[in-house]
Amino acid sequence: MAAYLDTLTARFPGAFTTSEFRGDRRVIVAADKAPAVLLGLLRCLKEECGFDFLCDVAGVDYLNYPGAADRYGVVYALTNTTTGGRVFVKAFANDPDPVLPSAVPLWQGADWLEREVYDMYGVRFDGHPDLRRILMPSEFTAYPLRKDYPLRGLGERHNFPTITRAES
Amino acid sequence: MAITGLLPDFLVTKLDYLANLTRKHSLWPMPFATACCGIELMATASSRYDIARFGSEAMRFSPRQCDLMIVAGRVVMKMVPVMQRIWLQMPEPKWCISMGACASSGGVFDAYATVQGIDRFIPVDVYVPGCPPRPEQLIRAVLDIQEKIQRTGTIDAREFAARSSYEGPTSLAREIGPEEAIVAPGDFTTATRLRSLKMTNDPPMTRQ
Repeated sequence: MAAYLDTLTARFPGAFTTSEFRGDRRVIVAADKAPAVLLGLLRCLKEECGFDFLCDVAGVDYLNYPGAADRYGVVYALTNTTTGGRVFVKAFANDPDPVLPSAVPLWQGADWLEREVYDMYGVRFDGHPDLRRILMPSEFTAYPLRKDYPLRGLGERHNFPTITRAES
Repeated sequence: MAITGLLPDFLVTKLDYLANLTRKHSLWPMPFATACCGIELMATASSRYDIARFGSEAMRFSPRQCDLMIVAGRVVMKMVPVMQRIWLQMPEPKWCISMGACASSGGVFDAYATVQGIDRFIPVDVYVPGCPPRPEQLIRAVLDIQEKIQRTGTIDAREFAARSSYEGPTSLAREIGPEEAIVAPGDFTTATRLRSLKMTNDPPMTRQ
């Protein structure tokens, strides 16, 4: 058992579960605990356990996933720049209002990463300074990487005026 | 004067013919290159393929100076207003080449954000197939544009006024069929998209 897991267990007893996949440790926070626990857990990992670098923030939609309890997963990939160790924090959120605390107060680099998760999955990040769409146009209303969104969209891609040759 | 005797004393032609003759040998392409077709477009302009042999080497990056828009590459929905604005900024007379499978039909990118053919939104004169097309194919398209100008062009560009209706594909209404409006793929364990999938009796996977 890694030392940072002892620290986390002492600080947040019962708030998370862990698993391991190919040598990478995952810290999983369920949806009912994530809004209260996640930011403190990330701060503890950053300031007390040495995981000082946020590599990536990614979103997953677990709709219809076998055995999944919560719908939206947000994965924080952290790296310890001293030892090279990595840990993946996976926090969950649920409909109708998926919301998680923002990691921007800890890492400025989370700004655009969380905007991308918001753009693609509709997971809001509480405390984000500028939560706008980053890839899709601002008038886009759906969240395209959700599993219940059709692959070909809902017709947004052709919702433009046509210019004929005579009028141009 | 000096060649009196070789040529007749006067020639009769149409102003349209003269205008077309000069226009078609002096095309100024606007390279609207958004993807890998743009690389082939650059190769076409370089010395090996040399689009200058056909009088259309003067590529300008301002639409105000161009009369041939070459849309090379896939166009996403965020790019459509930009493309239309650039098209409207080009002075008359002007023509448009849709270069490559993506610009012509969306190509393999049948996704929520990719336009399935630019002819739904701007008028297109010549389509070039290929993914990406060879430079020879683009040169062929330029030759086709030249032939089209020579055949249909008029000195005051009045032939464009007749093109007042939509020229794109008619299947806009068939955007999403009910069987194509697929949602979540059922079977994550085998990564297939079987429609008649029985999920309830499967043993639940342990959450990682």
